[in-house]
Amino acid sequence: MWWRSASFILDKQQNDAVPKLRNPPDTLTPPSPPPLSMPDTLRNPNPQNNISAYYQTRAAHHAVVTSDWLAQAQAAVGSDPDGAPETAVPTVAGKPFSVIDEFNSWRKQPDLAEAVAAIRALAAVIRNCQATTMMELEIELRKASDSLKLWDTTSISLTAGCDLFMRYVTRTSALEYEDFNSAKSRLIERAEKFGEISCKARRIIAMLSQDFIFDGCTILVHGFSRVVLEVLKTAAQSKKLFRVFCTEGRPDRTGLRLSNELAKLDVPVKLLIDSAVAYTMDEVDMVFVGADGVVESGGIINMMGTYLIALVAHSMNKPVYVAAESYKFARLYPLDQKDMGPALRPIDFGVPIPSKVEVETSAWDYTPPQYLTLLFTDLGVLTPSVVSDELIQLYL
Amino acid sequence: MDSRRAPRTASDPKVRKVGFFTAPPDHSLSGPPDHPIFSFPTSHPPVVDNSSPSAGNSLSPVMIPPPRHSSATLSPLRRDSAELFPPSASPTSPASFSDDVAAAVMGRGAVAASSSLPGGLGFDIAAVKSAASSVPASGLTTVSVVNNLPMGISEKGGGVAVEMQNDQSTRSKSLKEKTTKAERRALQEAQRAAKAAAKAEGGKTPAAASVNTKSAKSVKPPPSQKNDSATVAASEKKGGDRPPEKDRKKEVPQPRMQYDDKSRVEKAKRRAVVKQTEARNRVELFRHLPQYERGTQLPELESKFFELDPMHPAVYKVGLQYLSGEICGGNARCIAMLQAFQEAIKDYSTPPEKTLTRDLTTKIGSYVSFLIECRPLSISMGNAIRFLKNRIAKLPLSLSESEAKTNLHSDIDRFINEKIIIADKVIVKHAVTKISDGDVLLVYGSSSAVEMVLLHAHELGKQFRVVVVDSRPKLEGQLLLRRLVGTGINCTYTHINAISYIMHEVTRVFLGASSVLSNGTVYSRVGTACVAMVAHSFHVPVLVCCEAYKFHERVQLDSICSNELGDPDVISKVHGREDINFLDGSDNSAILQLLNLIYDATPSDYVSMIITDYGMVPPTSVPVIVREYRREHLWI
Repeated sequence: MWWRSASFILDKQQNDAVPKLRNPPDTLTPPSPPPLSMPDTLRNPNPQNNISAYYQTRAAHHAVVTSDWLAQAQAAVGSDPDGAPETAVPTVAGKPFSVIDEFNSWRKQPDLAEAVAAIRALAAVIRNCQATTMMELEIELRKASDSLKLWDTTSISLTAGCDLFMRYVTRTSALEYEDFNSAKSRLIERAEKFGEISCKARRIIAMLSQDFIFDGCTILVHGFSRVVLEVLKTAAQSKKLFRVFCTEGRPDRTGLRLSNELAKLDVPVKLLIDSAVAYTMDEVDMVFVGADGVVESGGIINMMGTYLIALVAHSMNKPVYVAAESYKFARLYPLDQKDMGPALRPIDFGVPIPSKVEVETSAWDYTPPQYLTLLFTDLGVLTPSVVSDELIQLYL
Repeated sequence: MDSRRAPRTASDPKVRKVGFFTAPPDHSLSGPPDHPIFSFPTSHPPVVDNSSPSAGNSLSPVMIPPPRHSSATLSPLRRDSAELFPPSASPTSPASFSDDVAAAVMGRGAVAASSSLPGGLGFDIAAVKSAASSVPASGLTTVSVVNNLPMGISEKGGGVAVEMQNDQSTRSKSLKEKTTKAERRALQEAQRAAKAAAKAEGGKTPAAASVNTKSAKSVKPPPSQKNDSATVAASEKKGGDRPPEKDRKKEVPQPRMQYDDKSRVEKAKRRAVVKQTEARNRVELFRHLPQYERGTQLPELESKFFELDPMHPAVYKVGLQYLSGEICGGNARCIAMLQAFQEAIKDYSTPPEKTLTRDLTTKIGSYVSFLIECRPLSISMGNAIRFLKNRIAKLPLSLSESEAKTNLHSDIDRFINEKIIIADKVIVKHAVTKISDGDVLLVYGSSSAVEMVLLHAHELGKQFRVVVVDSRPKLEGQLLLRRLVGTGINCTYTHINAISYIMHEVTRVFLGASSVLSNGTVYSRVGTACVAMVAHSFHVPVLVCCEAYKFHERVQLDSICSNELGDPDVISKVHGREDINFLDGSDNSAILQLLNLIYDATPSDYVSMIITDYGMVPPTSVPVIVREYRREHLWI
């Protein structure tokens, strides 16, 4: 059973509660944006059993805007983000090694993308593996990645990251080494390299996208995407003059967080409620969004509302840019919105909702490729149709 | 039929027109007649004016000296021109021939631009040799005369020319049928002599004039003789030189034979095993495609059964099955062909003093051309043949004959197995994931892959309903319907006319494909494009199931330049319904053209997804697969 129960989430949030309660006052200067806090979840009138762990983690991360988070982010950007990892790895002293635990320990770092966490966890699997033959190792690795994928099927980047890792690590001539230990060390090397590449992806994307941000432009941003933040941050640091419109990003109000971050960088920010997108689209020069997953058609799966914004932008001929690392490329091909299992998440309406009223709780939507202009990835700036090209080359 | 053929060849001038054009000037003629005068005497004035490029449609008797034939002018009114010079033009024209010519002229969608002069071979050649300068002499209007006359001629014209005509036809027939060596040699010599003579005369205008007159008199211009093929070829070459746009087109290797290209057709015919009668009233845009009178080929082939020594019986059988329509459907045809080749390879032994690789390749080549005569190849078959030839070429020389044969045998088996059978299984596996409970699936025509998808989804216990859309004349959907209903799938059957009504309730459209081209265009049973477009406008996803061996690197934008024409009779008649067969008897009318297209091209915009053995990909990824896997396809 991979759907997380509500109690699990509550436990988890309780763990996080301490920093959260402490921080909001000092980071969020305006009182308006109350981060999604635990009490909200508790009060949720529509208890949900199947809540997407992926979105839950994100919500948890996003609620915590702390100075140490920023420090971590800086560290991740500046140097190879290897500081924390070392401490986390040797968790397995006495008890048997578990990928999930490993994965979760990595995932605690708000800055580390889920896929990268998975990649790290899988690398740890190789390291801790007791196998003596290549075959065994591969089987074990496969088992680990399957269990990771099953752990949260709603996270596209987790699945994609695992698949990619398997691909990257196993499809190699290294496996033909006669000596098992050298082969294994070679695999570990590759795994680490892959982890590093993935970490640097954000930086690369930020550099690539600078050409598209020009002085005086207005950028509409939806949701909180670490890549997009990185892009904007880089632009601000290189003294570009631009302003940003942030959507509020209901229900977890990720836009508030992003606006907060941007304000710190002295970028002029304007907050919009989600329904004001069409109203402001006239002034907007480009739309920047992140992605939870990039699918085979070249479309993206992203936080609810992305499709809406892409449609509006398309009808007003504004470019829609997507910033996404290549480990989010997934071999999925949704035909329409309902073609994937939904990722559910609780929504707080602030007032009790009668039980007869149904609430749409899907956390993501699918934006078809024809509404996207370009994808900024660590593989380069791609049109949507190239995604499938890359995927075919990677997986076939 | 021969008589028909001969004239046709004669009326050569052809411009290969691509795309849309209004009617071709039958006589596109063209050589830039610098000295129209010569031609005038012989030709009728109207003719002359037709020859002027711009004048195609102008009926005015005024003679406009045709300017340098720049772009082949396409005179819009083909019909008109035919009517313009009615009987008066040529009382002499032979009856039989007139219609052929007309057919030929119109039929050949492409009127060779340059064309030129069908008139004398001499001219053409001369023209070729001596560049533009000679052109005038040749060009002339003669051509126009020639062409026009026949056209103008109403069907009744009988006459002097008839005998000539017949004579020619018989000759050509004999050539085709018997083609003894001696005969052929004689012909060749005659041709050569004619050419030489022509060349000698070529430069001189008088000669031209005389020829013109001659041609004018004998409605049927000299070219009707075998020579014409040579002439035509020559003229074509010349034509190629002149109009640059056309030229470019010609230089591009043609994927298929263009059936409005007389000389090639003629050559092909000579080689042909199957005698076919070409249909007469072919639709304007589709004259470059082969179309034959149905029913003419089969009896003849059967009667020749024992004469076909070069043809392996297995191949022969498959050819007959194609002809009769017993085997149809891309995969079935491809498998049947490959299995026939397997048989043929098994029975093959290398003749002395030949090497297996070379000899077998030519052998296969001859089988293939036989099959083409029976029915044009599908793209998938083309790919399979490419694969086989590649395998033959790649055989190591060290192999003994029997080893080589077993090698090839197993290669073919593998191809069938991996590229078709397993590929279908993979496709089914992928496609089933896109069917969910409560779906209403629309299928069109009958595709083996789609049928397997539906059956498998049903086996998995998915709850769905199928709308089978069908169309005249093949009504293939009924067979599919029967099988689906037989397994207990809930079905709705309708014809394509109701597509916009039924599309409301549909949630997925599944289509098969004959081929997917590298711009994502889906080349499939005619009507598919219509279904896909309607689905697109209703925001219903369109899924195309197609094995990757059917992908082709060609790019095609419309359904015109490459297609297949079916028997036109089946659309004009409804079998067993005498009461609604209103077209009975009007089939032969020259102003009635029946178009029975077999395929059409669906632009990639209307296709949401292509399900192939490499997974589910967007249509934009077809070229990626073609690029990445072509090698694998050929070598395995």
